Amino acid sequence: MAAPKKAAASSPQDKTDGGSPPEFTREQELKALRDMLLIRRFEEKAGQLYGMGAIGGFCHLYIGQEAVVVGMQMALKEGDQVITGYRDHGHMLATGMDANGVMAELTGRRGGYSKGKGGSMHMFSKEKHFYGGHGIVGAQVSLGTGLAFANNYRSNGNVSVTYFGDGAANQGQVYESFNMAELWKLPVIYVIENNRYAMGTSVSRASAQQDFSRRGVSFNIPGKQVDGMDVRAVKAAGDEAAAWCRAGKGPFILEMQTYRYRGHSMSDPAKYRTREEVEKVRHDQDPIEQVRNRLLAAKVSEADLKAIDAEVRDIVNASADFAQHDPEPDAAELWTDVYR
Amino acid sequence: MPIQVLMPALSPTMEKGNLAKWLKKEGETIKSGDVIAEIETDKATMEVEATDEGTLGKILIPEGTADVAVNTPIATILADGESAADLAKAPAPAAKAAESAPPAAAKAEVPAPKAAPAPQAVAEPDPEVPAGTEMITQTIREALRDAMAEEMRRDPDVFVMGEEVAEYQGAYKVTQGLLQEFGARRVIDTPITEHGFAGVGVGAAMTGLKPVVEFMTFNFAMQAIDQIINSAAKTLYMSGGQMGCSIVFRGPNGAAARVAAQHSQDYSAWYSNVPGLKVVAPFSAADYKGLLKAAIRDPNPVIFLENEVLYGHTGEVPKLDDFIVPIGKARIARAGSHVSIISWSNGMTYALKAADELAKEGIEAEVIDLRTLRPMDTETIINSVKKTGRAVTVEEGWAQSGVGAEIAARIMENAFDYLDAPVARVSGKDVPMPYAANLEKLALPSAAEVVEAAKAVCYR
Repeated sequence: MAAPKKAAASSPQDKTDGGSPPEFTREQELKALRDMLLIRRFEEKAGQLYGMGAIGGFCHLYIGQEAVVVGMQMALKEGDQVITGYRDHGHMLATGMDANGVMAELTGRRGGYSKGKGGSMHMFSKEKHFYGGHGIVGAQVSLGTGLAFANNYRSNGNVSVTYFGDGAANQGQVYESFNMAELWKLPVIYVIENNRYAMGTSVSRASAQQDFSRRGVSFNIPGKQVDGMDVRAVKAAGDEAAAWCRAGKGPFILEMQTYRYRGHSMSDPAKYRTREEVEKVRHDQDPIEQVRNRLLAAKVSEADLKAIDAEVRDIVNASADFAQHDPEPDAAELWTDVYR
Repeated sequence: MPIQVLMPALSPTMEKGNLAKWLKKEGETIKSGDVIAEIETDKATMEVEATDEGTLGKILIPEGTADVAVNTPIATILADGESAADLAKAPAPAAKAAESAPPAAAKAEVPAPKAAPAPQAVAEPDPEVPAGTEMITQTIREALRDAMAEEMRRDPDVFVMGEEVAEYQGAYKVTQGLLQEFGARRVIDTPITEHGFAGVGVGAAMTGLKPVVEFMTFNFAMQAIDQIINSAAKTLYMSGGQMGCSIVFRGPNGAAARVAAQHSQDYSAWYSNVPGLKVVAPFSAADYKGLLKAAIRDPNPVIFLENEVLYGHTGEVPKLDDFIVPIGKARIARAGSHVSIISWSNGMTYALKAADELAKEGIEAEVIDLRTLRPMDTETIINSVKKTGRAVTVEEGWAQSGVGAEIAARIMENAFDYLDAPVARVSGKDVPMPYAANLEKLALPSAAEVVEAAKAVCYR
């Protein structure tokens, strides 16, 4: 399966091997399918609720990019931290955060992860080591580098997985962070989710260096382009990067070549690309269909797959139900959590 | 005519220094660029280079002399053909810059302390200090260093990061000795990367570490203000109370001396506008120490605004094992009954000087040192104004949307009926800071302006 965009051949950086990534066990395939489906169905439901007016403000859906967070999460161990930007629902579900709490935050209810005070872009979970959910493009890169700084300070062997997009990759503080991370050999994996569009601006219109795996070259940070539509390739790259970090060798950059099917946010008509382009990726590269097809080829029964579908739908429907019936925060909550 | 070598300034704020050593003897030949002497302050040593050629005629200030004022003639150089007999013809010291070029590194200025003690106020007893406590005299620079060192000894999660904080011992020598005591793991030199290292500090704080992030000056923190406000100040709220950060952003704020517009801005009003931040801006050495310790222990992000001009000022600091000044409490620096003068940080210099002047004219001013700008101790202000019926605010920052405007509004809201005159504001002038010495002086508030404002609200 080809990556959505092939790298320039002159890059000195490592590339995804031409061959297939390491096979998953059946259990891994089933888990990847289930976790990606949960994100897909959750996001579809969030889109519906947005259309109904139950979710306000901005709502950036992760549909199409599921293999990135699910594959990366499979490469992590307990204690590793995750931080990302505003397109964060998928990351939260992948870390194991509760769908009810995420959906109720989207609807601004008291049972939401931030008691309704954060919304789509601002959720956190200490328990799941999820450090947000940040609405300022690129800010999470310095913060995620700080998480790695703390790991180093504590010598705890944990890795910070810091996600950002092809758009954020052009922010200045990203490079300030790269410099410090390599200088201090901080255990951070920079996962650049290249979904080809920063809002409505294609990579080719915004980026002088379109091979994001090379963005760390002048800091001596190794990088790798990964087929971000293949969960096995993502996991393999995550394993390699995590091992690099845990060995004390400093940061690692993974460019995940992926694609978002929906608009930048719910209010984006996506006039900057053709319907055919979207349909082609969906048809040829869909991360969930890839796993499903492999499972079917491996003689997993339709019934077993349907059971996964059903389980996921139940979770998502329950979360939507909860998020619409949970009360709004008490008015007194306006004044809490400003200071502690 | 013999040429005079004048005592050079190491920094814009230096007023005097010690002549440590002469490296040339009288009668020795000197070429332009030769190092002829070493001068020092309590925090830096500099070489004096000759800018003229000739013979060292006479050493006017012997080595080992302390507190030599800037621009004092320290030696004379005889030009070719001149002899010792010509020494009498040396000109009177000119009021120009020192013969030796002062160091002019834009980012790593090395200002020297003023030896002058902070103005002594007739202060109300400090409730934080038990009666009979032994006091030690310290510079504000030392008080800050001790505060950090004590907190680092107490809590292994506290660390210091910033530009030049470790090996250079601090651009303003505030972190002197910390690297030696705590090592490079906890005293971290950063690249010149304000935006980035502020974010790194906040990220580390989100995991429970307690960073003290030094900005070489708050002017450079403009590069980092997004992380300070959007990440540090708002995360606790945005996370529904789950995740906050205990972090101190500290460094010199406001006007230094002769460094012009981009290095001379007061950010008091900027940060005090933001819920989620605490903002501290002390004046006395004791408050610098006690409040920095409180700031480091505070579970919230604290903006700790220091003042470069004050770093070398000395004051009495209580000799207590754990001297903490609570955040959010103002202090009556001088009791009085006719007018309340409310200020903080270096504004207190003008306020206290003005109070002395006013006393000579029979006006007893009550001077309030706010110490903390957010949360503001409205109660102390209001109680004072209820007593005096008149108020003057003093700040180095601009008046529009300034802290003085906020104080005036609170007085109007809470003590309108007690006012005998409109609240007067003394502030920095509504212009970027000029470089020229005379214009800079005009741009800053002065004791005379405070006196004038106080008399005006007293209808005198």
